[in-house]
Amino acid sequence: MMDMDEREVPLQLDFEDDGVEEDEPMADRGAFERQYADERSWEELQEDESGMLRVDVAQQQRQHRKRMSAMAGPRIQRGIIRYLFVLLDFSRAAAEMDLRPSRMGIVVDCVEAFVREFFDQNPLSHLGVILLKDGIAHQLTDLSGSPETHIRALRSNMESTGDASIQNGLDLARGYLTQIPSYGHREVLLVYSALSTIDPGDVMETVQECKKANIRCSVVGLSAEIYICKLLCEQTGGMYSVATNEGHLKELIMEHAPPPAAQAEMSVASLVRMGFPQRGAEDAVALCACHREVKMGGGYTCPRCKARVCELPTQCHICGLTLVSSPHLARSYHHLFPVSPFEEVENLASANGRQSLSKSCYGCLQELPTPGGKVKGVRLECPRCRQHFCFDCDNYIHESLHNCPGCESNSVILSQLSQ
Amino acid sequence: MARNPTDDVSQVVLLLDVNPFFWGAEAASGGRSNGSGGLAFDQYFQHALMFVNGILLLNHTNRIVIIATGSSTCAFLYDSTATDGINGSSVTSKANKKTQVSRTELITKSMQEFVSKEEEASKESSQIQYSNISGSLSMALCYIQRVLRGPLPHPQARILCLQGSPDAPYQYISVMNSIFSAQRNGVVIDACVVGSQHSAFLQQATHITGGIYMKPPQPDGLFEYLMMVFTTDLFSRQFLQLPRPVGVDFRASCFCHKKTIDMGFVCSVCLSIFCKHHQTCSTCGATFSRSNSTTVTGMKRKAPGS
Ligand SMILES: [Zn+2]
Ligand SMILES: [Zn+2]
Ligand SMILES: [Zn+2]
Ligand SMILES: [Zn+2]
Ligand SMILES: [Zn+2]
Repeated sequence: MMDMDEREVPLQLDFEDDGVEEDEPMADRGAFERQYADERSWEELQEDESGMLRVDVAQQQRQHRKRMSAMAGPRIQRGIIRYLFVLLDFSRAAAEMDLRPSRMGIVVDCVEAFVREFFDQNPLSHLGVILLKDGIAHQLTDLSGSPETHIRALRSNMESTGDASIQNGLDLARGYLTQIPSYGHREVLLVYSALSTIDPGDVMETVQECKKANIRCSVVGLSAEIYICKLLCEQTGGMYSVATNEGHLKELIMEHAPPPAAQAEMSVASLVRMGFPQRGAEDAVALCACHREVKMGGGYTCPRCKARVCELPTQCHICGLTLVSSPHLARSYHHLFPVSPFEEVENLASANGRQSLSKSCYGCLQELPTPGGKVKGVRLECPRCRQHFCFDCDNYIHESLHNCPGCESNSVILSQLSQ
Repeated sequence: MARNPTDDVSQVVLLLDVNPFFWGAEAASGGRSNGSGGLAFDQYFQHALMFVNGILLLNHTNRIVIIATGSSTCAFLYDSTATDGINGSSVTSKANKKTQVSRTELITKSMQEFVSKEEEASKESSQIQYSNISGSLSMALCYIQRVLRGPLPHPQARILCLQGSPDAPYQYISVMNSIFSAQRNGVVIDACVVGSQHSAFLQQATHITGGIYMKPPQPDGLFEYLMMVFTTDLFSRQFLQLPRPVGVDFRASCFCHKKTIDMGFVCSVCLSIFCKHHQTCSTCGATFSRSNSTTVTGMKRKAPGS
């Protein structure tokens, strides 16, 4: 982490930013200096008639907007299709109780949260779980896109025995990852408790093989830094970190959920043929292709061959078409078509002269500041539809909604957008 | 489940479809063209008004807001908490006595104004028009955010779409954006479709936010459906047998022609959807090599039962 920032902005928001470099000139200043320079908190204070100090609401809101706009930038997600194997060390070392109830228990909790977050942030990606115990690598789940399968399998296989072998684990993962299509990113995440690896052959060779196969290997350690793990990460371009406590462990594991920026360059863009299946009625009975049994309710129908599958995303078991749920894709579209930032209507009095100012916010009906009015704060205007909004709606529209209510309800603007 | 005092207090936002193209076609054909089963606009509006009164009578702390979804614009028609009418839509401020009569009058008056504005706008363009459901959904969500910013305890917020017009494929992204924002904020979207076709947008909205989707078999009995199904607050729903979804249409719209498709090509970089193969991605500019544009193959299939 080159730039530890003290601002209260969540760091993970930055993952899809292309322009990390833009922050560079700031990096040589101290964190406290940056904070004060950005906020200029003294300007918020104003003296009123009776000599009391008051906080200027409008000024505060302006600063908040400035902070937010500094964070925004081009946000096209890159290289989003990842194929990741999570290698979990379930050797004797995982039974140690320096973390409560045991290392294994904590690791499973963290990995469960990680798996959900991973699919949330990487909608088309696949993940598989491999357990290292008794000196060999057990494949717990195949590469697949369904978080529930992995979590269920993990929860029902919580036993730790024998030794861990990094080499066996990497070889097994590599065997699967070399088969994946060229647009996918190959990754391994190793969560390692033991302080040694018991391998059948030369683990250095395996590290080189992984490097050759373009597999990015990262390790999160639980006990202490180990040379072979460090080497593995250095050679393959991964991240190596060792957790100091429970909270730190979770943080370190979750860091791998957003797509790694550096890898994006290596991937080949491609068009993937996909199907968007319909969900069946809740009381329909159908034969499902994945379990080969009769199932009640729910289920999805492959648009090409009409076979039924139970979960999305998956591959059609009959015709091989990749089936995804379209809302899953749509979650990231707001990055592609962001709402243009609103502009502050400065100098309310003269603006009021040109056109009569709307009394309330177009989105939420909250009263807006007027010249001489009681309401304090800023009045914002959408540059496209010219509707006026309050400070809170501006925030909500750009942070969560990603639609301008004014533009969306204006058929003239909508018809321009649709062309 | 722990019961808290506001469990059955609702903030309802009602989105009324007031698309002149839809209701006009309906009137011209005597209710057969769009399948609304003889439901005329004034009937539809009357039923909606009775529903509004019903909601406010069920619990004296219930709140309701009405937004009209037109084909050229959208507007707030009524806010049960406002003391002096809706800004701009020129409800006179003297009509703020919240008696039964004045509420109905208030809503009718702002509806008349909205309809005449829509009429004006519809004369200018004669193409088939959709209604701007993405606009009214966005407004509803902004309004609900304001309620959630307000003093505690917060009422349970839900949106009811009374929709007749078909889905507009070009609104796909903005409707999906609204749905996800609603989901993140725990806002439930219910849908009652009175047109002839199912609405894929609203099916997805109700599926994702956990709301009720219904297309009444006899739209002229709209009021009964509204009262029996859509007045139920979110807390009571867990004890009731409510209509079960008939399935969800998960088709998407392609970015190139705004066509609804069930199979297509997805850019691996930005996830844009296209209906046919392109050399470059029009959204992110990535160049595709033809050889890769097949389905994912070579992977081991999932073993049955695993
Ligand atoms: Zn198929
Ligand atoms: Zn507002
Ligand atoms: Zn706008
Ligand atoms: Zn197309
Ligand atoms: Zn693209």
